[in-house]
Amino acid sequence: MPDESQGQRPVTVPARGGVGLKAQHYRTILDTRPDIGFFEVHAENYMGAGGPPHRYLTAVRERYPLSLHGVGLSIGADRPLDRNHLDRLAALIDRYEPGLFSEHLAWSSHDSGYLDDLLPVPYTDETLGRVCDHIDEIQEALGRQMLLENPSTYLAFTESTYAEIDFIAEVVRRTGCGLLLDVNNVFVASTNQLWDPVQYIERYPLPHVREIHLGGHTPEQDEKGRPLLIDTHDRPVEDVVWHLYAHAVELIGPIATLIEWDADVPEWDRLHAEAVQAEAVMAACCREVWPDAAAG
Amino acid sequence: MRRLGERQHGFGTAILDASLPVPEGLVDPDGDPSPRRFAVYRNNVVVGMVETLAAAYPVVRRLVGEEFFDAMAAHYARSEPPASPMLFDYGKGFPAFLSRFEPLADLPYVVDIARIERAWVEAYNAAEASPLSSDEMARIDLGRIGAVCMSVHPSLRIVRSRFPALTIWASNVDGATPAPVDLDAGGEDTLVLRIEAEVELRQLPPGGAGFLASLMRGASIAAAAEESFLADAEFDLDRTLAGLIDADAFTGWSYHLANKHNDGH
Repeated sequence: MPDESQGQRPVTVPARGGVGLKAQHYRTILDTRPDIGFFEVHAENYMGAGGPPHRYLTAVRERYPLSLHGVGLSIGADRPLDRNHLDRLAALIDRYEPGLFSEHLAWSSHDSGYLDDLLPVPYTDETLGRVCDHIDEIQEALGRQMLLENPSTYLAFTESTYAEIDFIAEVVRRTGCGLLLDVNNVFVASTNQLWDPVQYIERYPLPHVREIHLGGHTPEQDEKGRPLLIDTHDRPVEDVVWHLYAHAVELIGPIATLIEWDADVPEWDRLHAEAVQAEAVMAACCREVWPDAAAG
Repeated sequence: MRRLGERQHGFGTAILDASLPVPEGLVDPDGDPSPRRFAVYRNNVVVGMVETLAAAYPVVRRLVGEEFFDAMAAHYARSEPPASPMLFDYGKGFPAFLSRFEPLADLPYVVDIARIERAWVEAYNAAEASPLSSDEMARIDLGRIGAVCMSVHPSLRIVRSRFPALTIWASNVDGATPAPVDLDAGGEDTLVLRIEAEVELRQLPPGGAGFLASLMRGASIAAAAEESFLADAEFDLDRTLAGLIDADAFTGWSYHLANKHNDGH
């Protein structure tokens, strides 16, 4: 694979809007070179030996900053991390030099195989110990800080003894990891668990947040007729999530913000418009404090 | 106290087996059990696997119908979930599953279509390699060509079929207009290759699949040709070699006896 001009390519992910890189947009992006802050990819989609995914990502990477987002490390699992998977991640990071690497507070590894979802963990001392051990192991293997993402959850565990935010804050304190604040997940989990999403944002360990995710969700109902929101990433960001995002940006300042749209992926222009909107929110929220944010 | 492992074992097992009760201690905001909430995870996991298989086996899905495919894929997914989070590689065992799947017994050619689609996925993600140039080929001493061993491109796959599988595949890919295919028209062996960005499929000539398989096992051209003549009287060495070279199937060569790899010197 050609890998020319290494060292020229932009490394730092800026405080701008970005989108998930989708195969159906590869050609448009390379042909039209849109003005966008960064791209993010799911690490597992680029773990093949070769082929078009690597060709396109290499070409995109020459021109744009990259954020790498893992979905399969299974940090919240009781079982040990898959060292082969960690090696593959390390190789991917060497090759593409992402500015950020993030993973989930979730698990997916099971005796029967890989369960293709971000499954929830009980917030207990036992889980806390496992999660912190795993994050230590990851940060050591990768030689860098990782960002941990807050989950979308649909139910609660009776054995939990920590509030989610306290659990996450303790993980940060023990491991020194950074955080990815998924504002859509905040809204989804808060609705499903009857929490106050504004308070969630305000109590989150904001000084450690390095990236924000925004995405769409699907409204359903549980058997009591209560709203049950599903984190589907198959539609635009809801207004209520945009408002929550604006509140987060007021508190944090301008920050790398990713639009996640992974199913029923729209045309490039529609997706790009969501990232532009995130930048407009950042500019509006931060104008008084950061007068140049809108221009820069 | 080690409860996490047991909790996750029970959680995951109940996700894959919908006949099991929802594990205890999974509750809504009132502290009440909520099967509807647990069902979200069951649904996400199975739908995710079915969608992955649908993307990997689009022609099989078109041949058997979407509803039938999705039910069949869910059945496979529950019995053989992915071994790793690299979902682009999920479904390696799907063709074998289809060959054992009773309701498909009347459509045996579908299994071969599935094998072609699996070969397509593997070729798509295979390692890169430069095909042998005509200059490198020209260095072969024609007097010793029988003793030459060929190395093939890492993306190369062979799918043999007693049905006209490639014709069926080609007339059912996205955008094609399905046409009637005579299932008794004879078998077709398919060569699957990805040299640049596109996966290419072409039909191998008679005996070509066996010849190539012998080369891939390390046989010299002479030994592979001899086997192929014995297996199929229609085998044509010149035509087969020319076709493979034209397809860029080879990445290197070496003399069998000297066992010295051609490194361009």
